[in-house]
Amino acid sequence: MSTLFEQLGGTGAVDAAVDVFYRRVLSDERIASFFDSVDMERQAAKQKAFLTMAFGGPNSYTGLDMRKAHAHLVKRGLGDVHFDAVLEHLGGSLRELGVAENLISQVITTAESTRSDVLDR
Amino acid sequence: MPMPTVTFEGKGYVRQENETVLDCLLRNGIDVSYSCKSGVCQSCLLQAVSGELPKNAQIGLRDTHLARQYFLSCSCLPNNDLEVCRPDAAGLRAPGVVRRIDLLNASVARLRVHCPEPPAYRAGQFFSLIRPDGLVRSYSAASLPSDDDFIEFHVALVPGGRMSEWVHRDLKRGDALDLQGPAGNCFYVPGNPGQPILLAGTGTGLAPLYGILRDALAKGHSGPIHLCHGSVNSGGLYLDAELRRMMEANPQFHYSPCVLNGNGDDGIPQANIDAYALSCTGPLKGWKVYLCGHPDIVRTLQRKAFLAGANLQSIYADAFVSSADS
Ligand SMILES: Cc1cc2nc3c(=O)[nH]c(=O)nc-3n(C[C@H](O)[C@H](O)[C@H](O)COP(=O)(O)OP(=O)(O)OC[C@H]3O[C@@H](n4cnc5c(N)ncnc54)[C@H](O)[C@@H]3O)c2cc1C
Ligand code: HEM
Repeated sequence: MSTLFEQLGGTGAVDAAVDVFYRRVLSDERIASFFDSVDMERQAAKQKAFLTMAFGGPNSYTGLDMRKAHAHLVKRGLGDVHFDAVLEHLGGSLRELGVAENLISQVITTAESTRSDVLDR
Repeated sequence: MPMPTVTFEGKGYVRQENETVLDCLLRNGIDVSYSCKSGVCQSCLLQAVSGELPKNAQIGLRDTHLARQYFLSCSCLPNNDLEVCRPDAAGLRAPGVVRRIDLLNASVARLRVHCPEPPAYRAGQFFSLIRPDGLVRSYSAASLPSDDDFIEFHVALVPGGRMSEWVHRDLKRGDALDLQGPAGNCFYVPGNPGQPILLAGTGTGLAPLYGILRDALAKGHSGPIHLCHGSVNSGGLYLDAELRRMMEANPQFHYSPCVLNGNGDDGIPQANIDAYALSCTGPLKGWKVYLCGHPDIVRTLQRKAFLAGANLQSIYADAFVSSADS
């Protein structure tokens, strides 16, 4: 039985999804401002890290790391609305790329599991 | 067989079995930045000085990184000895002499530096210029290493600017001037001669763009190349005549200047470069995009180019941040 990450296509799938996903995020005025001050090139790499995590791929991030990475955003008002918007774009991007619905729902579940860490609760 | 070593800043470190280059350096107390440790976030990028890199240490890197032997230290398990350094630390200090210095317009000096032992660079990369008292600033190369036996910089006069005022007022032919470098990802990589290219920037952001343009043409690029140069007024379009000549000689090359203040009488459109550049090209899916100059404009253009369809990997940007801002 292959992992979710392998079923999605591994790092190749992350590479394919990152542009689609990030373009959606930057075009969404509900959340774009959180990405304003960050250097785009570094940010793109972080989007890849995000997708790898959501795809259940190899990473060494802990819940604490997620809290730290987003703490300054929570101070700026990051909340459930924004988290939901990101999940929406995650699902939308994968649909755009033709990923099967059952895999998409597993990705959403994985991402959902980080909610309390990302929002520092 | 002994385990291969990693050499960093002159010291060799023996790797343990199945230890990545990153982990080996960290274990020895060397402060390398990292984050995901899974080859994704690119925080742990290092540059190989010598030795062979395993393929999977370079997955997902852009072509200009590959061309300079950059690799992900967290994913690097080399079978042989490797010498590495921090990104862009490979450039050595090269002594130089001012070959020529003159004005391209009222506030841009063209500075040509001859190095007896010229550093290997690509047009569009930048160097640190080192003033004899140690003051250091970055300037981008407008010259072509294959054609020119000097490195050319375009230095804008910044009122009150320490380096730029010195270059404009005091520096003269025959003076010694050391360079360190090169660094940076803004350069032409051959291999896709038909791909459309957008070069856009303001002020002396034109220096690297002009270098990249000459490089692309010299290497036989046949796809469309659009160069959009923005300035406050038409006096700032300091290579206007030369670029128009190049446009006549090269049908694939389009030069599109624009100015913030103008009445259009001279045929130069009055426009914001971020809107104007994209109106010249249309959607950028499949394009290569080079952006240089004023940091705010570079950042805006970067975002707009991406939203207009350019791949992140195909956007190369050098924001001319001043050391006072950072
Ligand atoms: C990668 C890179 C490439 C660069 N390439 C070039 C190049 O090809 N040509 C070029 O001319 N410059 C280039 N620069 C900018 C250059 O490195 C210096 O920052 C610039 O020349 C000012 O240095 P200075 O010592 O004269 O001014 P400083 O003494 O450092 O600054 C004096 C004051 O002027 C302000 N200031 C600095 N720059 C500007 C500006 N552009 N406009 C308005 N105010 C300013 C500062 O905030 C400060 O208050 C590049 C910068 C980077 C990072
Ligand atoms: C869905 C769950 C989320 C996961 C799994 C996640 C994951 C990540 C990861 C792995 C990083 C990189 C950390 C690093 O290496 O430094 C990161 C950074 C970042 N995330 Fe998230 N993220 C999530 C939700 C969000 C949301 C909802 C927002 C804002 C709308 C957001 C905005 C950011 C920003 C701006 C950064 C960069 C921070 C910086 O570099 O300063 N993230 N995220």
